[in-house]
Amino acid sequence: MLIKKGAEASIFLEDWQGQKVIMKHRLPKKYRLPQIDERIRSYRTIRESQLLHCAKEAGVATPMIYSVDLVDSNIIMEFIEGIQVKQVLNGYSTEERQHLSNCIGKLIGSLHLHDIIHGDLTTSNMILNESGNIVFVDFGLGEISVELESKGVDLHLMKRAFQSIHFRYAEECFKAVLEGYTKMVGVEMAKKVIGRISEIERRGRYVSERKGRVQR
Amino acid sequence: MKRCNSTKICLGIEATADDFGVGLLDFEGKVLANVNSTFIPETGGIHPREAARHHAKNAGRIISKAFQTAKIEPQDITVVAFSQGPGLGPCLRTGATAARALASYLNVPLVGVNHCVAHIEIGKLVTGFTDPITLYVSGGNTIVTAFDAGRYRIFGETLDIALGNCLDVFAREAGLRQQEGMPLGAVVENLAKKGEVLVDLPYSVKGMDLSFSGFLTAGVRLLRSKKYRLEDLCFSIQEVAFSMLTEVTERALAHTEKIELLLTGGVGANKRLQTMLKIMADEHDVRYCVVPKQYALDNGAMIAWTGILAYKYGLIIPIENSYVRLKWRLEEVDAPWVKG
Repeated sequence: MLIKKGAEASIFLEDWQGQKVIMKHRLPKKYRLPQIDERIRSYRTIRESQLLHCAKEAGVATPMIYSVDLVDSNIIMEFIEGIQVKQVLNGYSTEERQHLSNCIGKLIGSLHLHDIIHGDLTTSNMILNESGNIVFVDFGLGEISVELESKGVDLHLMKRAFQSIHFRYAEECFKAVLEGYTKMVGVEMAKKVIGRISEIERRGRYVSERKGRVQR
Repeated sequence: MKRCNSTKICLGIEATADDFGVGLLDFEGKVLANVNSTFIPETGGIHPREAARHHAKNAGRIISKAFQTAKIEPQDITVVAFSQGPGLGPCLRTGATAARALASYLNVPLVGVNHCVAHIEIGKLVTGFTDPITLYVSGGNTIVTAFDAGRYRIFGETLDIALGNCLDVFAREAGLRQQEGMPLGAVVENLAKKGEVLVDLPYSVKGMDLSFSGFLTAGVRLLRSKKYRLEDLCFSIQEVAFSMLTEVTERALAHTEKIELLLTGGVGANKRLQTMLKIMADEHDVRYCVVPKQYALDNGAMIAWTGILAYKYGLIIPIENSYVRLKWRLEEVDAPWVKG
């Protein structure tokens, strides 16, 4: 049963050997040349399964992988019962929101300590499971990287996700994320990464930070 | 011929980069005139001061031509709008000076318009779309945007240079020249049609954002290695870059669940990009329109139309506060005229 037709992949809820599982299928994209399309799909399938595994080693909950099929670009993984952070965040009280954001920051910190870059940190890719823990999904755009730049971009994307979906609380949420992040990675590394975020922002188009004033 | 007093008309001046454009629109959205003059550099890219000099030299002529085309007199103008930003300082200031002079001489209100908002609004006017995802790709911008809660929000954008800029620099590195009515992008497009071999280039999609600076460096490096035909390189650059654009647009569509897709900006004139987006839009059952060239490139009509929308909400600015805003982000603009 198709439960989500995303841009990059379709997510099916299936019964697999008596278990409820998620099948993530990366569909061929007709708009791309087949050479480009096949390269991207198989590369992302491999990378996603590797990163889902690495994240667990870093102490971040991700779905279990049951099967990977490179011919069809398919991953069969555990179905996480829960709700997307995107759906709950705006309805939360300030304290709840800050607590959740703080936890998210710690988890991103754990990933970055192991040089795991998620690549698409949005609140739709974080699931609050039944026991109240956050499970990270969709590592399709992730990578392993020691670069400060990748970590900075990763957090910058998180900030941008807050700004586009939770714009009313973007500032406080991102601040709490950075606090959690700092707690996890330590002040020294956090300083470097946060410094890089503002550098990345200044590089962007028509960014008010360049003018030395605070962005609304 | 003096118009009857009931017809309200806005004059819009666009001067953010290499184009000086004047548009005349009535308040119903009818385009009475849309006249343009483009600065073509002899070598290299757009030098802001040179472009501004071109604008200053041509402003009078273009404004007169607009009045002639529309068959109206300056006294028929109700409001003057100008592109207040974002863009190149000297160009913006030249356009703003012309607008202030007109507004002050005619004693009519002045409206400052955000260039990016104007691209979206004119696109909506000419296509009839009401709430689209807009992909705006030009020499200065690469943005995926949609309206949400009072403003146009940016869902994806370039983290460094715009795609049009990237294509232009690559083309100049390859020794290609811009001609009247034939921008560098079109030259690249024609060469790409003769390309056959796909050369490996970095595909850098970061979430919903894009990066083209490393992509450009890689392209230029391949060019300098002299191992590949220029046609093949142009072909590969287009295929990879447009795949990236289509992917982030698709992500924004899936994310926002909007049902209209609008393509605008200079790079939007590229047929291959148009086709890719069409295929993607059809797969998602999304209505898709490409803004016609005269309204997709920088033009005065879009400034006039957005000026009308803002004027109706009383968003006029006193001349003494009409500073240009070089880095005015799309997200900073309140758009009360859009129904959320």
